[in-house]
Amino acid sequence: MKVTTTVNGAKQAHDVEPRTLLVQYLREACQLTGTKIGCDTSSCGACTVLYEGESVKSCTMLAAQADGGTITTIEGLAASDGTLHPVQEAFHEHHGLQCGYCTAGMVLAAVGFLQENPTPSEHDVREGLEGNLCRCTGYHNIVKAVLAASEAMQ
Amino acid sequence: MIPAAFDYVRAGSAEEAVSLLIEHGDEAKLLAGGHSLLPLMKLRLATPSVLIDVGRVPDLSYIEERGDEIAIGSLVRHHELETSELLHAQVPLLAHTAHQVGDPQVRHRGTLGGTLAHGDPASDLPAAVLALGGTLVAQGPNGRRDIAATDFFEGFLETALAPDEMLVEIRVPKVPGAGWSFQKFNRRAQDWAIVGVAAVTNGTTGIALVNMGSTPLRATAVEAAVQSGASATDAAALAAEGTEPPTDLNASPEYRRHLATVLVRRALEEAGK
Repeated sequence: MKVTTTVNGAKQAHDVEPRTLLVQYLREACQLTGTKIGCDTSSCGACTVLYEGESVKSCTMLAAQADGGTITTIEGLAASDGTLHPVQEAFHEHHGLQCGYCTAGMVLAAVGFLQENPTPSEHDVREGLEGNLCRCTGYHNIVKAVLAASEAMQ
Repeated sequence: MIPAAFDYVRAGSAEEAVSLLIEHGDEAKLLAGGHSLLPLMKLRLATPSVLIDVGRVPDLSYIEERGDEIAIGSLVRHHELETSELLHAQVPLLAHTAHQVGDPQVRHRGTLGGTLAHGDPASDLPAAVLALGGTLVAQGPNGRRDIAATDFFEGFLETALAPDEMLVEIRVPKVPGAGWSFQKFNRRAQDWAIVGVAAVTNGTTGIALVNMGSTPLRATAVEAAVQSGASATDAAALAAEGTEPPTDLNASPEYRRHLATVLVRRALEEAGK
């Protein structure tokens, strides 16, 4: 079936099987491999993207369900001149990553979270990112980065 | 993990979904948010040959007052429940319970109708709807019928919905001043409850248990004890009566029975404040 979407502002139209997961569609059909597959069971959040502006786990959504929709992946966050999104900048500044595998999903989850709660407490951030696992256990700097991004975005 | 191959069709209305269910029979499953069904399909524990996507059906995403009740369209997502001012004012137990489900990403996709129709005894929201004494509305070939929440859950992942019916609405009584509590015990964030308890006190007390049997359960012995004036501790001691809790990696049945008495006592104390 034909699945047409707008990913990071660009139209995408690809013929895929109905059982194609959104994360496969993004990685294999759209060739946007910034979105990672971690646990593949909607637990770890590595595959988090924004669908219609809200964080979703793209391993637990069919591409067909996203047909006609708007998606933002990690490739679409920075400005066209390369200026990083404030959340990316804060992750860089505060060393909010170790191995980096969870980072794309963590950043997208944080962007979605800050849209819903622009002035969170530290507790809010920890709860707001409960759907994302960092197996390096680098949570402290991730939380610092999200709090710093929240201030930068005020 | 990729699901087994299936045909994908979209329903534009609940009527069309029912027609498609009749056309495709047992091989078809309805797909809303997909957060119960797709994980099962990826594990090949479910292999429907036709998925009927109802996620785009309009007019099933409302939360509105209707007399003494709040009516909720079956496609309302957990995130909409947890952020609804109307629910926080009129049925805070339901808004609070929605916030306990999974994680933010899951709550952005999962729907109230989906979690009820899935009928998983380990899910949080079915227990809340059961404790509230809600009503579920099924649409079938001959129109709509009401099903009491207490009659809805029939077995493990089995409900009173006929193969040609779709859950379209959930109604719960307004309980603005009622005492309530939702106790969820788990070891890790975003996990299922090892045991959970939903309680609401509004003249009478409704108590429902998560993960204490093959279906979400009303703790009827506790409810009767509370009604006849027993203390929270004495009533809660009956929490495991009539239950058949499962055994899994997290807990034995004995542990769950103990946990149920502890959590029901906490729920009664919190709801009674």
